[in-house]
Amino acid sequence: MNKSQALKGYFVSIFFAMGLNIFSLPVFFRDYNPDWVLLTLIYWVLAVPEKVGVFNAWGVGLIVDVLTGRLLGQHALAYSLTAFSCLKLHKRLGQYLLRQQSLFISSSLLLSKMIEFMIEDFKGDAQLTVVFLLPVIVGTFFWPVIYTTLRFFRSIR
Amino acid sequence: MNTRLLIVVLVSIFFLIVDHKSSRLDTVRSGLSFFSYPVQKLVSFPSVIKDTLVSIKSYSALKKENALLKEKQVIDRVRLLKFAALENENIRLKGLLGNSFELGEQILSAELLSVNLVPYEHVVVINKGSKFGVHAKQPAIDANGIVGQVLRSMPLNSEVMLITDPNHALPVQVNRNGLRTIAVGSGKLDRLKLPFLPNNADILPGDLLVTSGLGGVFPQGYPVAVVDNFIMQPDKPFANIYATPKAKLDRIRELLVVWSDSTPVPLAFPDEVEAKGTKNDKKENE
Repeated sequence: MNKSQALKGYFVSIFFAMGLNIFSLPVFFRDYNPDWVLLTLIYWVLAVPEKVGVFNAWGVGLIVDVLTGRLLGQHALAYSLTAFSCLKLHKRLGQYLLRQQSLFISSSLLLSKMIEFMIEDFKGDAQLTVVFLLPVIVGTFFWPVIYTTLRFFRSIR
Repeated sequence: MNTRLLIVVLVSIFFLIVDHKSSRLDTVRSGLSFFSYPVQKLVSFPSVIKDTLVSIKSYSALKKENALLKEKQVIDRVRLLKFAALENENIRLKGLLGNSFELGEQILSAELLSVNLVPYEHVVVINKGSKFGVHAKQPAIDANGIVGQVLRSMPLNSEVMLITDPNHALPVQVNRNGLRTIAVGSGKLDRLKLPFLPNNADILPGDLLVTSGLGGVFPQGYPVAVVDNFIMQPDKPFANIYATPKAKLDRIRELLVVWSDSTPVPLAFPDEVEAKGTKNDKKENE
């Protein structure tokens, strides 16, 4: 599979992940909705590290900022830092089992959430409650699903 | 790779500060919204399909509905006639008192996109933006009462903060006696708080709250909420008062964006408004 196809898959999957991020769920599930865009982004950073890097993550973060009405740069900063840590460790992560990866993913999600919280706090209206961290836990459980799904779509083309 | 990260972090922090302190990055935001708009369209697509399926009803049901609506329209028209007469009288009386009277507001109907931005904020997205002249700090109403205000407008869509958002405060007035206060959002879609009224305030469950027009964002006299709970707190300076919004915030599909101030807007019906304006001037001159 060549690089341009990988990039096409990248754009399409990020597009759908953004859709999932703002999908209008019933009130009960809203607090549990994980950060699909970040999970997808991490997958692509690990899969094609030479194509998807810090700048890419930053651009995607800016669009997510506009999409969710945050300060410009909030998701961008969180995503680019997370992408950087994944880039640094991608060789080692490739050797890991899926459940070992999940552990690393959870810390990545936590890092991104904490940066987002810091900025919300700087804006002056944030409360650190469990609700803020629920998406991290749910996101960790969804990592194997994302990984296998995206790899399946990459393998069939 | 490290220099890349450094650049990105510095630019992000710069963006964050500028965006927090000013609105200079709105052009960047508008530009980026051309990427985010398709996503919002994609997400609200299922509800569009559902609406279409619902609207494909049988002939008889539609006929029945049509008859009902026609009947309702006749009744509403009769009522409006009465209101028009009352409005004229009001203008005349205000003219006698030497006060100005606000003209009828311009409105634009907009549809909600079924997206959910962040779980802890009550902000919705509508499908009309600055292309239609929508701008920030514009009130949004529905048939029952105040819904919220425009937070930010982008070329094709805009964000509307509902009155129940914890960051939203709205100057209101008790319709019965004119008591003024501020209604603050509670974070629940069916609750407003009135935190700044003393224990001996003249306010009762069942009182209608209307906008007071102070603050300059909302026009005066629109219904906001009905007081439903008044809990005295003898040991504290202020009572706990709760109200239920008149607008059905959890099931609105359409809302109306209002132009009430003197900002130039594209007139919907120029002749009519002009005619009304001259009529009003005459009344005031009398």
